[in-house]
Amino acid sequence: MNLLSFDDIFETINMIKEENLDIRTITMGISLYDCAGDDIDTVCQRIYDKITAKARDLVKVGCDIEKEYGIPIINKRVSVTPISLVGGRYTKDDYIKIAKTLDRAAKTLGINFIGGFSALVQKGFTDNARNLIAAIPEALACTERVCSSVNVASTKAGINMDAVAMMGHVIKEAAYLTRDNQSMGCAKLVVFANVPEDNPFMAGAFHGVGEAETVINVGVSGPGVVSSAIKRAGNCNFSELADVIKKTAFKITRMGQLVATEASKRLGVPFGIVDLSLAPTPAVGDSVAYILEGMGLEKCGTHGTTAALALLNDAVKKGGVMASSHVGGLSGAFIPVSEDAGMIDAARVGSLTLEKLEAMTAVCSVGLDMIAVPGDTPASTICGIIADEISIGVANTKTTAVRIIPAYGKTVGESVEFGGLLGYAPIMKVSEYSCADFIARGGRVPAPIHSLKN
Amino acid sequence: MNAIITVVGHDSKGIIAKVSAKCAESGANIVEISQSVLKEYFAMIMVIDISDISIPFTSFVDEMKKLGEDAGLDIRTMHEDIFNSMHRI
Repeated sequence: MNLLSFDDIFETINMIKEENLDIRTITMGISLYDCAGDDIDTVCQRIYDKITAKARDLVKVGCDIEKEYGIPIINKRVSVTPISLVGGRYTKDDYIKIAKTLDRAAKTLGINFIGGFSALVQKGFTDNARNLIAAIPEALACTERVCSSVNVASTKAGINMDAVAMMGHVIKEAAYLTRDNQSMGCAKLVVFANVPEDNPFMAGAFHGVGEAETVINVGVSGPGVVSSAIKRAGNCNFSELADVIKKTAFKITRMGQLVATEASKRLGVPFGIVDLSLAPTPAVGDSVAYILEGMGLEKCGTHGTTAALALLNDAVKKGGVMASSHVGGLSGAFIPVSEDAGMIDAARVGSLTLEKLEAMTAVCSVGLDMIAVPGDTPASTICGIIADEISIGVANTKTTAVRIIPAYGKTVGESVEFGGLLGYAPIMKVSEYSCADFIARGGRVPAPIHSLKN
Repeated sequence: MNAIITVVGHDSKGIIAKVSAKCAESGANIVEISQSVLKEYFAMIMVIDISDISIPFTSFVDEMKKLGEDAGLDIRTMHEDIFNSMHRI
């Protein structure tokens, strides 16, 4: 048989069939710069026409590739130019109209999310950015598929604390406006530091300022495959453990590269990057927490968890980089609490706390992701949580993010259920002490120094 | 252009015949067959050339899957590039 062995073939099939290997998303980035205009209705029409024309075949091509190669492709999505950068002078109401337009385009295309209702305000606000941010809560409440993100800090610019302060209120308002639906609006809103401009994963995806007219980015998955490989490796030392993870990450990423190249060819759209992230799902066996527990931790969140995650994250990158011609996005291990069966379990029994999660985010790809906190958490406390997390990113020259859900009307001991890939989240405890006076100072935290590293 | 058909399930009479007949009917040329039977389980790998198939490859995949479901077998038809990309540098 050509060069492939019986074992190779069944290894691949086993990864797909038993270990939940899939391509998490094919995301098409589309520039909306040329949709600018003075009349909002014309702008909306241009946006709708451009998205539905450029991504017309996205879902079909995704489904064809899925069938021909036998690898599940869970999501086909679109990311667009940060809407606050689409030229023109727009009011809050204009931005809500644009959000509805994006939602309509997503429904026409048959995609489940569209990302890019976004603003980049790490150094300061344009009038448009301010209006867009003010529109976020209502935009998320009156649309189903639109995802929003705001970059409030970068290592070069420092932290825009006025933006952080604003986001605390935006998140609370989004939770309130979507209170009849588990405060779902907050699950579609991410606050970033050092946001990547080619990330294919929602809710933080947008089509960055230096990107081409259109681009195809692919996000892989595969925590279950890594978990099984670690189990098979048995009682090995850390060098061997890292090797096992690297080899597995290589194989997973090759799938991503193949699908990305093929999708790019069939759609006639340039290939951008493969995002190496290990993205979990609430399905049993598809959990990053279980990988960490498989390394020898009794429960995710216990002492040693940060070290285990650091090793995992590094090995995934090392293995994945060689498997793809271009790597980008968030690339690492995701630790979204509600989307990971092991994380949910660890949070429920009290092993995984907000404080430990914060430490973990210093060594992995995103941040405090899909964290549910009590509905009566003050906006200033949410700002404090954001400021802490964003500082980790800024000081360490990495991406960090916060996607937090102050679940309206709920408190510790209860949970919120989003369904589907967004999963289920136990409400986590926050500090009862105030940081309101700290947040109220306003202004900018200066950019950190890059010598004297300690 | 090759694809790989894998068949896994309880051993029963005529499995290879059924799969081969479907290949012939669709114009797929069988390049190689490899099989093993472990206890009562049957596993087969068939490499086929799909350059000249008479129906779209996606339909062929569906028909093979259906054949498997009818016979209580797991039949998967996948383009060989997925295996090449994963196992060959």
